[in-house]
Amino acid sequence: MTEATLIQAVNKALHHAMKVDPDVLCLGEDIGVNGGVFRATEGLQKEFGESRVLDTPLNESGIVGMAVGMALYGLKPVAEIQFLDFIYPAFDQIVSELTKFRYRSGGQFPAHVVIRTPYGGGIRGGLYHSQSTEQLFASTPGIKVVVPSTPADAKGLLLTAIFDEDPVLFMEPKRIYRTATGEVPEGDHRVPFGKARIVREGSDVSVFAYGSMVPTAFQARQVLEKTGIHAELVDLRTLVPLDVDAVVRSVEKTGRAVIVHEAPKFCGFGAELAAILAEKALYSLKAPIVRVTGYDTPFPYTLENLYLPSVDRIGRAIQRTVAAG
Amino acid sequence: MPPAEPSAPTASPADGAPRVPAVPPLEIVPLPYGKKELSDRLGPPWEERLHQMYRGMLLGRVLDTRMLGLQRQGRVGFYGPATGQEATSVGAAMCMSGQDWVFPGLREQLIALLRGLDLTLYAHHLFGNDLDTARGRQMPCHPSAREVRYASMSSTIGTQIIHAVGTAYGIQLRKEPAVSWAFFGDGATSANDFHSGMNFAGVWKLPVLFVCTNNQWAISVPNEKQTAAPSFATKADGYGFPGRRIDGTDVVEVFTTLSAARARVLSGAGPELIESVLYRLTPHSSSDDPSRYQPKGWMEKAKAYDPLGRFEAMLEKLGVFPASEREALRADLDAKVRTAIQEAEVMPPPRTDSLFEDTLKVPAWPLTEERDSFDKEQGGNFP
Amino acid sequence: MSAAASRTTTDLPEPSLPDPDLLKVLRTMALARAVDERCMNLQRQGRLGFYVPLEGQEAAQVGCAWALQPGDWVCPAYRELAVALTRGVPLRDILNQLYGNSADLSKGRQMPNHYGFRQHRFLSASSPIGTQIIHAVGLAYASRYKGEKVVAVPFFGDGATSSNDFHSGMNFAGVYKAPVVFFCQNNQWAISLPREKQTHSSTLAIKANAYGFPGVQVDGNDFHAVYRAVKEARARAVAGEGPTLIEAVTYRMGPHSTSDDPRRYRTPQELATWKARDPIERLKSELLARGVFSEAQFESLQEELRSMVQKEVQEVEKMGPPAATSLFDDVWASLSPNLEEERKEFEELLREGVIRP
Ligand SMILES: Cc1ncc(C[n+]2csc(CCOP(=O)(O)OP(=O)(O)O)c2C)c(N)n1
Ligand SMILES: Cc1ncc(C[n+]2csc(CCOP(=O)(O)OP(=O)(O)O)c2C)c(N)n1
Ligand SMILES: [Mg+2]
Ligand SMILES: [Mg+2]
Repeated sequence: MTEATLIQAVNKALHHAMKVDPDVLCLGEDIGVNGGVFRATEGLQKEFGESRVLDTPLNESGIVGMAVGMALYGLKPVAEIQFLDFIYPAFDQIVSELTKFRYRSGGQFPAHVVIRTPYGGGIRGGLYHSQSTEQLFASTPGIKVVVPSTPADAKGLLLTAIFDEDPVLFMEPKRIYRTATGEVPEGDHRVPFGKARIVREGSDVSVFAYGSMVPTAFQARQVLEKTGIHAELVDLRTLVPLDVDAVVRSVEKTGRAVIVHEAPKFCGFGAELAAILAEKALYSLKAPIVRVTGYDTPFPYTLENLYLPSVDRIGRAIQRTVAAG
Repeated sequence: MPPAEPSAPTASPADGAPRVPAVPPLEIVPLPYGKKELSDRLGPPWEERLHQMYRGMLLGRVLDTRMLGLQRQGRVGFYGPATGQEATSVGAAMCMSGQDWVFPGLREQLIALLRGLDLTLYAHHLFGNDLDTARGRQMPCHPSAREVRYASMSSTIGTQIIHAVGTAYGIQLRKEPAVSWAFFGDGATSANDFHSGMNFAGVWKLPVLFVCTNNQWAISVPNEKQTAAPSFATKADGYGFPGRRIDGTDVVEVFTTLSAARARVLSGAGPELIESVLYRLTPHSSSDDPSRYQPKGWMEKAKAYDPLGRFEAMLEKLGVFPASEREALRADLDAKVRTAIQEAEVMPPPRTDSLFEDTLKVPAWPLTEERDSFDKEQGGNFP
Repeated sequence: MSAAASRTTTDLPEPSLPDPDLLKVLRTMALARAVDERCMNLQRQGRLGFYVPLEGQEAAQVGCAWALQPGDWVCPAYRELAVALTRGVPLRDILNQLYGNSADLSKGRQMPNHYGFRQHRFLSASSPIGTQIIHAVGLAYASRYKGEKVVAVPFFGDGATSSNDFHSGMNFAGVYKAPVVFFCQNNQWAISLPREKQTHSSTLAIKANAYGFPGVQVDGNDFHAVYRAVKEARARAVAGEGPTLIEAVTYRMGPHSTSDDPRRYRTPQELATWKARDPIERLKSELLARGVFSEAQFESLQEELRSMVQKEVQEVEKMGPPAATSLFDDVWASLSPNLEEERKEFEELLREGVIRP
């Protein structure tokens, strides 16, 4: 165990994977000599060479498409998209190719690519360095969507992703890259997909969050704890596959649900959670399900703190949900 | 069957392209013009032109210097400097007409200012305040200035290139005497929309000028890792129109070549790609550390091609615009920039309800509901 | 600055292969033609849902595939029947895919012609144009990384040169000097869009200039020319000298697909001009002229091939559709919990007869 930040944990996972498996390669913009603009790939090119840590030309469709080709061959490429906001040139490669290869070839050509990408707001990044669009990917069958919120999970989930057999979109909450710190197990630490983490148990209301919203929701929960409201905070960790049991069980216990994400509300991932609860836990609900999310606008620059779910907004929503019934 | 005889590939002269020499001159390489050449190239009011050039470049430099300072003090969130690229912006702006359209990259704001964007309005944008035209929605250095036909840009590299082409189609359709300009970096030539933009422009022979500001770096990626092509200008070969490489640190060359190119494009001869070779004399942005990837001393060497320095050295030699006058001009521009900044910095952030405007022309549900419950949700006491 | 990368090869006097091999080449081309004719008919009779013909492009396809080695990677578009046949893919496997039946290796999931055969290093084709071009670069890079001396060959059309992944694929291959032979069949049309409206460049081969490696234009209806160009490009790639773009100038004699009516956009004269340049006729007359072969022999070859295709089709038509529940397979390496739930529900609907396979 060593203390590390979330970004360091990502680096440790990449380092470990590359060390134990020569089939693991990294490719992306500025990831080699520069070690990535956030330093996720720091030191990797020096240690593993240019043939395994590729600085690519500026073309995301090329990054993902080339990774697909490498994966078809049997390598385990880890592609970095510098910001989730720049993934759209590669959307075709993800939606039409990466997620379809196994299925369309009857299992002959699986393509296991991990796409790592920082996402989310709160770093003064404006429209194009802040977005959360996990719902676009979560609604595409054939790619797993993973969002860690702690350094230990970042390492464990990334290693699971790299040695998984399916494509994975690994979304890194860049706002807490350096503020989330914690103990990270050494070596081959794996965290399984599809297992949510109960951050704190509680009996009054279930709060579902992932990625950078976990610490924010946690603060709100802690404040409310002092007022006698005991919220159960559930970190989903992986949106696909989703730990449906954990979601349903928690609401069966508390009877209330507050869902938090940065992405816009309409057709956001919270809508799926709410639908699942309506299908599977309706009779346990004592109050309407509430979503605390980004607004249904593009992501603003100056007013980003008003756009993002804050401790206050989440706290009030929890309070009101508990008061509602 | 004999396939169609291929015509000779378009020539892409690499003339005049400076390269950072291995041995640093460590001193400025002056622009190589005498009075006679200047008057030949710039026409009779050549002194006036020189003045205009100098003033434009100096404005850019003064603004960059001030803003980088503010950025370091944390008074603005971000800044994308164009130090080293002033000659290209100024040379280009000087040969545009008011009817031309500009689709910029990150480092072309000087063009907006030279086309008439009000300096204070621009400062409001840099601070993302309530008087910013875009209400602080974008990061600094992403201004929108419809009034000077300077299009709003996104941070996504390369997308503006195809937009310039769409506008050029409109210009062609309406037979306007105008040119659409796309500016982008060396890195952007790898982007999808460089390919679509260049190809579409070739197919319809559109009045568009593609200006690639090759500042040697795409963040940490040098030219040779960006493409195996011998130059970026060569890329025009693939689209059937001319590509040319110019010394982008020489404002006189930029002005004269772009003027000629613009005239050609305006005559209906189809698009042209200009690779303007220059040097990024700063980090990529305020969040970048070039010592991690640039060879030791690269930037110091590149400063030999500082467009402003080269120009000043020429002025010295010509003896046309004495240092005292230059200093006065600098002080004057600096004062203007300072005033604009002072004015902008004290303005409040955008009104909160602006958060809900401009998504669609008329806001629709659920946004209307979100707007109406905004105060209730955000306000009040918690816990 | 820019090297004159583009050059033209026209009819070459020397045959590229010994006569017995050329007879096999001709047989493969004729087989492709026989399959094409049959499938177009089957579609018209409503027995086959859809079909993409390659008529006219046989020399380009066989010429290219003949120059490759078994370890090389083929990244096809949807028109590469003759490539598959040259690679030794059994006709039965191809027909099974066209029919999307229970024996189809891709389990009836794709439209006809979008086949893939792992065993032959023949990638699964997709419909979006151009996406396979960058896959080839990844495959080539990976093969080299693993010490294999092979190349990857993306097949694509004139239309695909405008696609994003033509740009990314060509650029990445240039930067990494990847062992790729980019094989563009310029068949003059992208559905209804003629070549000259696709791009203003003088040739498609010249596009290689933009990426710093050679582009070669060849007569795509000349088997020898194509074979030689690909062979040379392959040798360069394997020797570490980087990629090559080959533009094979040819013609799509049939419609774009069975859903297309080319009379809407091209003239009968144009078609007639190109029919006179039929690549099969061309190789055949060469062999006839050298006396390797007689007209009668060719006719009986065609007869033999047609009846073979006929028989294969009969066999394939006997097969039923894939198992209904295979719908849920191969989305993931193993069935995900939500799909398991959906499959259970689906099985119940099947059992209760609400839906029928
Ligand atoms: C599509 C996309 N990918 C990645 C980025 C991140 N990024 C911002 S600037 C940049 C380099 C741009 O280089 P270049 O085009 O040469 O312009 P320069 O900054 O040198 O002016 C990169 C990779 C982006 N903004 N957009
Ligand atoms: C990305 C994409 N856009 C459009 C289409 C529809 N489409 C199918 S084939 C085709 C033309 C392709 O032309 P070309 O690349 O020359 O290949 P050819 O069909 O001539 O072999 C088009 C536009 C598609 N399949 N994919
Ligand atoms: Mg650059
Ligand atoms: Mg075609």
